[in-house]
Amino acid sequence: MKSSEQKPNQGDSRRDFLKKTSVITAIALTPGTAIKAAENNADERFAELFEKIPLKLTVNNKTYQTTVEPRVTLLDYLREELHLTGTKKGCDHGQCGACTVHVDGQRVNACLSLAVMNEGKKITTIEGLANGDTLHPMQAAFIKHDGFQCGYCTPGQIMSAVACVREGHANSRAEISEYMSGNICRCGAYPNIVDAIIEVKEGGETV
Amino acid sequence: MEKNMLKDENDRVDGFLKVTGKAKYFAEYDLPGLTYGVLVTSTITKGKITTLETKAAEKAPGVVAVISHLNKPPAAAYEQEGGPQMKIFYTDKIFYNGQPIAIVVANTFERATYAASLVKATYAKETFNTDFEKALKDPKAKKLQGQADYKRGEENAYKTAEVKLEERYFLPIETHNPMELHGIIADWRPNNQLTVYAKTQGVKATQGTIANVFKIPMENIQVNSEFVGGGFGMALRTWPLEIATIMASKHIGKPVKLVVTRMQMFTMVGNRPAAIQTIGLGANKDGKLTGITHRAYGETSAYENFTEGVVNMAKFMYQCDNVNTSYVIVPVDLGVPIWMRGPGEATGAFALESAIDEMAHALDMDPLEFRIKNDPETDQQKNKPFSSKNIKEAYKMGAEKIGWRNRKNKPGSIVEGPWQTGYGVSVGVFNANRGKASVKGILKADGSLLLQSATSDIGPGTGTGMTLIASKLMGIPVDKITFELGDSSLPPAPSQGGSATLSTVGSAVNDVCVALKSTIAELAANSNMDATSNFVDVLKKNNLPQIEITKESQGGKERDNYSMYSFSIHFVQVKVNNLTGVVKISKIVSVGDSGTIVSPKTARSQMVGGAVGGIGMALTEESIIDHRYGRYINNNFADYHVPVNADVPEIDVNFINKPDPYINPMGAKGMGEIALIGFSAAVANAVFNATGKRIRTLPITPDKILA
Repeated sequence: MKSSEQKPNQGDSRRDFLKKTSVITAIALTPGTAIKAAENNADERFAELFEKIPLKLTVNNKTYQTTVEPRVTLLDYLREELHLTGTKKGCDHGQCGACTVHVDGQRVNACLSLAVMNEGKKITTIEGLANGDTLHPMQAAFIKHDGFQCGYCTPGQIMSAVACVREGHANSRAEISEYMSGNICRCGAYPNIVDAIIEVKEGGETV
Repeated sequence: MEKNMLKDENDRVDGFLKVTGKAKYFAEYDLPGLTYGVLVTSTITKGKITTLETKAAEKAPGVVAVISHLNKPPAAAYEQEGGPQMKIFYTDKIFYNGQPIAIVVANTFERATYAASLVKATYAKETFNTDFEKALKDPKAKKLQGQADYKRGEENAYKTAEVKLEERYFLPIETHNPMELHGIIADWRPNNQLTVYAKTQGVKATQGTIANVFKIPMENIQVNSEFVGGGFGMALRTWPLEIATIMASKHIGKPVKLVVTRMQMFTMVGNRPAAIQTIGLGANKDGKLTGITHRAYGETSAYENFTEGVVNMAKFMYQCDNVNTSYVIVPVDLGVPIWMRGPGEATGAFALESAIDEMAHALDMDPLEFRIKNDPETDQQKNKPFSSKNIKEAYKMGAEKIGWRNRKNKPGSIVEGPWQTGYGVSVGVFNANRGKASVKGILKADGSLLLQSATSDIGPGTGTGMTLIASKLMGIPVDKITFELGDSSLPPAPSQGGSATLSTVGSAVNDVCVALKSTIAELAANSNMDATSNFVDVLKKNNLPQIEITKESQGGKERDNYSMYSFSIHFVQVKVNNLTGVVKISKIVSVGDSGTIVSPKTARSQMVGGAVGGIGMALTEESIIDHRYGRYINNNFADYHVPVNADVPEIDVNFINKPDPYINPMGAKGMGEIALIGFSAAVANAVFNATGKRIRTLPITPDKILA
């Protein structure tokens, strides 16, 4: 289960996947075998061999080579497998933005992306935004403008805010508000969030 | 709490952790052998479970156990007669749709989720009613007194007044919906030792509830809740789903984590109950109020009663010799409500402050002038002076900032294309509380101060406020002070609710700091040092690595002599599109009159957040039920509309910032509730001023504007 400890799949994942799928199909056609496997408490080995799919992805500049059940969302993979819990679960339906991460530079709701869809992709989470102990300018601006209260939506807001500036959608209060409306803050820190983004945009630093 | 990068002493002490993703919320603790719980919920609204088929789930990959009323894991209090009706897993009764009936535990979240779908229940259904208005009209439906009737002077005096009005106001169910989903991690170990990671507004309250249910000593239970992703009232009690998770952990001997779904946030962790209110107002032609009658009906559940302060404000907010109120609760077959920010007072203020505006209009008076004219000098309900009240100053300050002079008293006067502009005002008020709390202070020879109390921070910035109080008193910079909270083993403090934390725990911080200073002064005197010596030098001279003092603090008799309230005034400017019915809030000015402002940055954010909550209450929020099935139909963020960034204009927050001389050593009164109370009425009043349409049913959606 521990991702980085998995043996490398030698870049052969697609063929490997097809091979395993065909075995799964075969087993599906012989229900007796599957039931017996379950009764023998062979769940784990069965899953490892047949249900899991190889996955190689990079998170915060660290490459993980692993296998994962295809139904695991990128959000749950980050939180439960990699223990990168900065990315939050607020709705699991792509309606609140708390799980916003960058996938190949684009802001994405991690709850709407299955982990296996991210083969070969570069993911950045809130944990990967600061440069060591030096905060990203957006993180510093959120502190300065008190762009949060409880802090739960904050990682998603910050990831979205950075993308908003990079996309060129931070040219006015109204535009920022529009392009930040996919990130709900129930504490209602919106005006402070907009202040923080304006400060970063006008500061002219590379974000 | 770790600190870093504090550029301004008013910055949040936990800001660094929150912006880096390092702040750990309950679901983020990784315990060895952690398992995952997923709830199975009832698909009927009322009746009994007849069969529960769990075998398929039990056989599913990775499943550890399925726990339900069939295997009743031991919970000593539930084995006894009496107590609550909703004893989870100790009853086969269904009280509401979506009630937890089983918890499936597996070694991954996905496996538990799948296995939960395999549990099948059959039921004996009974007839039910989830429609509050229907219950209210039905003479056979149960109705209970929610608060003692109140009468001052003549009852229903408004009926014989020179100018009178009687109007009915409706508020739908609203759902708290903090961004963090509810849940718990429970780790029951041998010898009845239990550790939980909880989402709670009170670690001591959670500890107490668990001790009562399982009949184990408080000291066996450790409750951790350092970071809470919002609560707004819904985390003020330990819900059955938390008990279910603890039972599961006890049953399987492993830690179990349960995180509910957003849909489940609507059914099983409370809501702001629907309310129907009638306000009768009477005034003489000069604009003096002669009668106020406030009658309220609030929703509650069939299995547990819930009451709140809906009619409180009518009793003292305005000078009036004849006031009567009543409050009745009406049970329906839904999950029990719980206080939601501003609680009943916010419900009541919507009706009363709308009616006050309507009366001003009937008198052809400026509603601000009308309020000032009826502002009481003393509290007529308690027959006491107010401990502090600067409401006239607040009216003036807010009116200036919003540009009240641009308002026209005749509705619909400001029109530009399809947009009609209007201005509205309302008042918010909430009891300024102070409870009892203990704080431990450890002053160290390295120049630092550690403060500890089992209080909470659901977002207002408890640690920041306490640090600033201590810093000011001790002359120690904020980055040398640490305030620890959210841990049941720390000195006791009450739950974070009713806007009382800063007043209650802050007073104990004050008392500890005063005691530490006097101990240092004594030590200095005994060692022939100057009385003003730095504490570090004094400790070193005395070879003391640290001194430690714990103080319990509570108010004295001041409450016998004074009436204590926090006040707020909300001014809004709205633009209403007469073609689409859209209401846009274009300007907000909120003024807080809540004594000394201890922590200016977080206090401002509290007011901003209250206004945003108020926008939701006024314009978008409504939990809708299909009464044929007793189910919520908009139980997600796509269909239940909380305000988003584009709904919120810049918010101009102002404080009177004058100390209350009596409430506590800081002179600070609570402000979490007043930030929201009354706001929805200010919007309704502005909509009326813009369009001439009086909307008495929240939320003010475009269909109501166009109707």
